[in-house]
Amino acid sequence: MNDVLDVALRLAAVLVAFLVLPLVVGQAEHKTMAHMQGRLGPMHAGGFHGWAQLVADGVKFAQKEDVVPAGADRRIFRLAPAVALLPYLVVMLVIPVGPGGFVGQVVDAGLFFVLAVMGVGVLGSLMGGWASANKYSLLGGLRTAAQLMSYELPMLLAAASVAMAAGTLSLPGIVEAYQWWWTPWQLVGGLVFFTAGLAELQRPPFDMPVADSEIIFGAYTEYTGLRFAFFLLAEYAGIVVLCGLTTVLFLGGWHGPFADTLGWVWTLLKTAALAFVVIWLRVTYPRMREDQLMKLAWTVLIPLALAQIALTGVVKVVFL
Amino acid sequence: MTTPHAAVLAASSAPGFLSPTGVEVVFVLVGLVTLGAAVVAVTTRQLVHAAMWLVLALGGLAVEYLLLTAEFIAWVQVLIYVGSVVVLILFGLMLTKAPIGRSPDADSGNRPAALVAALAAAAALVALVVDAFRTAWIDLEEVQGSTEVTGEILFRHWVLPFEALSVLLLAALVGAVVLSRLRRAAAGDRPDRQGD
Repeated sequence: MNDVLDVALRLAAVLVAFLVLPLVVGQAEHKTMAHMQGRLGPMHAGGFHGWAQLVADGVKFAQKEDVVPAGADRRIFRLAPAVALLPYLVVMLVIPVGPGGFVGQVVDAGLFFVLAVMGVGVLGSLMGGWASANKYSLLGGLRTAAQLMSYELPMLLAAASVAMAAGTLSLPGIVEAYQWWWTPWQLVGGLVFFTAGLAELQRPPFDMPVADSEIIFGAYTEYTGLRFAFFLLAEYAGIVVLCGLTTVLFLGGWHGPFADTLGWVWTLLKTAALAFVVIWLRVTYPRMREDQLMKLAWTVLIPLALAQIALTGVVKVVFL
Repeated sequence: MTTPHAAVLAASSAPGFLSPTGVEVVFVLVGLVTLGAAVVAVTTRQLVHAAMWLVLALGGLAVEYLLLTAEFIAWVQVLIYVGSVVVLILFGLMLTKAPIGRSPDADSGNRPAALVAALAAAAALVALVVDAFRTAWIDLEEVQGSTEVTGEILFRHWVLPFEALSVLLLAALVGAVVLSRLRRAAAGDRPDRQGD
């Protein structure tokens, strides 16, 4: 009975985190962008800095009519938001937050599990892009697929470098093996991982698949109401997952002063700091062109990731 | 993995077929779902739906690996097939016409030949697997296919096939680059303008 309760509690905790953290990131994005661009944005709802605007947006999404275009493939069109959102929920299950089993579920090959399931999420964008019966959606889907193809490889290679360093594929195992000098040692790999992750999430400056000035909103053009909100939520959940993973793999997760009791605070703080960087990049950099995107992936990120693997191997064999 | 393993017991001490455990029942059910999805994938007239059914079939296979406690193989299956191969297929379908609804030209007239080839391949594979393992029994109580075990078997016992495969993949990669270059040269040898 205790086991069942334990599992239920862990699942509930992950579900709560899944429902809360993306919204926090979304709200932080609104406010950070507003301040960085020197504009106020909605400041009245709820009083303090318009914090209730997010709630109002949610209510608005729920009230909107759920439109399916006449020419669309109804079943795939309706299924796509769920396919985009659910993988991130599953990934959150295995990200370790604190020492001593503070994780939804320990998975033996956790690193591979995470990368595999994150790749599935992109299927949702492809399904939506094709099923909308809209040229812009189709173009968005094509760009999504091309981008995923190019950036999956450097991401995997960078993650493999960490796995080599730690000698395990288990995420808690990787954090346990972490030493402070890993961060400079794996610095290049970390940058490659983070950049490729941004591209996989289609965050600016890698948001060519949803470039609003060219193809309206890419694969999500035809979506309204809650289904559109699900796609947005998937993007923010993706930010949380990417930042959490970068924290776990490259920044030492729960390591910090008083890690035994305050470990989870460190994980959350590092994740939040990375999420801030994600938002910061959106405000700072212009969108990259499609050919620039491809060039960056194949001529910069992949060679860097390979060099990182070589460095990891040399250090591992010679010094450890 | 055909290497003799301590947990692969002789038939005499193996459990019978008449009292299946829960895992075995689930294994068979997931197998049926996988088979059904695979059959629909090759018979449906809607191209993109076929790709979606393929996702289900490949995902079902991953679940089967999981049930056999080969966790690492299962995640690799998802990563490579669902995450990459299906995305590539969808990319190709989007580049071509792939209409919404039925494709009237999806029937190529090769159906009987394809059916014969598929059945022959299936028969050969089933016969091979049945003959190779016969009455071998895997004890699923303890984890058999953890990452560590898989890595050890792959890089100790099977390292030569592994390396041969990597050479094959490299050859395919080089071949693809050469083919794309050939076509560009035939199109009039214009300067490479992609970089500017």
